[in-house]
Amino acid sequence: MIDYKNILTTCPYCGTGCALHLQVLDGALVGVLPAKGHPISEGGLCIKGWNAHAFVNHKDRLRTPLIRKDDKFVEATWDEALTLVANKLTAVKSESGADSIGFLTSAKCTNEENYLLQKLARAVIGTNNIDHCARL
Amino acid sequence: MTDRLISLHEAIEQVLPLVEGVLAIKRGPGGISAPYLFSSEHPEELDLLVMWPKEPVPDTLRTIQHAHADSKLAIVCRGCEERGIVEMFKHSQLKWDNITLIGLQCTQEEAEFCRCAKPYTVHAKTTVGDPIQGVPDTLTDKIAAMSLEEKRAFWMEEFQHCIKCYGCRNICPQCFCNVCTLEDEKWVETGRLPMPNPSMYHMIRAMHMTAKCVACRECEETCPAGIPMAVQFRLIARDVQEMFAYETGAKLDQKPPQLLVLEEGEYERTGLPH
Repeated sequence: MIDYKNILTTCPYCGTGCALHLQVLDGALVGVLPAKGHPISEGGLCIKGWNAHAFVNHKDRLRTPLIRKDDKFVEATWDEALTLVANKLTAVKSESGADSIGFLTSAKCTNEENYLLQKLARAVIGTNNIDHCARL
Repeated sequence: MTDRLISLHEAIEQVLPLVEGVLAIKRGPGGISAPYLFSSEHPEELDLLVMWPKEPVPDTLRTIQHAHADSKLAIVCRGCEERGIVEMFKHSQLKWDNITLIGLQCTQEEAEFCRCAKPYTVHAKTTVGDPIQGVPDTLTDKIAAMSLEEKRAFWMEEFQHCIKCYGCRNICPQCFCNVCTLEDEKWVETGRLPMPNPSMYHMIRAMHMTAKCVACRECEETCPAGIPMAVQFRLIARDVQEMFAYETGAKLDQKPPQLLVLEEGEYERTGLPH
């Protein structure tokens, strides 16, 4: 059975929020189509959106987190990486206080992801130092 | 459901058991539609069938047929899309015998939106809707009537807005070369915006659309800068018609001018410089 469909999603490249269709043929991502009738992108895309499928299965894409050990990046699991970050943040906070830590998020992320990061900053760490790349 | 949509629904239902899939347009989240391959295993999905906006389905058909070389597929196509399929076949991009065409004739409103001269299919054996006459392309006529200086100023201004998204090339049913001149640094410099004017990008595309453009206007529709580039292709098409008596997508057995070898003495007839 031949399976061809399009999955509507938001372009991951910037904060504009253009919609695009990911073309899926037999379960594999094969291309992008613009989304006609979408209120933001109105059927258009920029060159990044048109190529938004290219990185998904790219050979250079990182597939695991990397942890720097002796000036070299070493592949790690998500558990290892997150535990390391949590331990370091806890250590910095207890040594220098919560306001010694800042969080930078991204206009490329969704509203929900940005909300979650400020929640982590304010409610877990206890600082208002939260900003994003569009103001840098 | 309109009568036209009901008729299309019925036409697809009849073809569905005979093929591995029918390529048409399906409504998705938020009412945004996209091409979809309907299969006889899920006929209930036809409840989400839509007709407008039109989509670049000939290219999708090509993608599917390349992965499934011997598959028997059907496609709901409008006049322009049928022409796109015919030209793709002539350039060895599709297997004609493996395709069942379900022709969808455009409405007056749709034809006017596309400034379409031939809003109807001619090859499809199954058709839906009544064919209507073509509508005049007043924009193309207006630009054709301009003086050389006015034309130059008009296109210079239009091309100035290009953001080089390559969308017009990507969406075009007739752009399928493995190696694209538009990706050659010699002709189109990467990272340079606005493009040098006159724009080589647009000149190359105009030349490459000669005797290929099927007037589907997908390029104009996807252009974030709103450049009416189909006008150029339509003006070139008028010349091609005059010189070679060639109409894209019309006759299956007429060779495109690019594939013609002119015999001695024939140059004069074509009016080409020799």
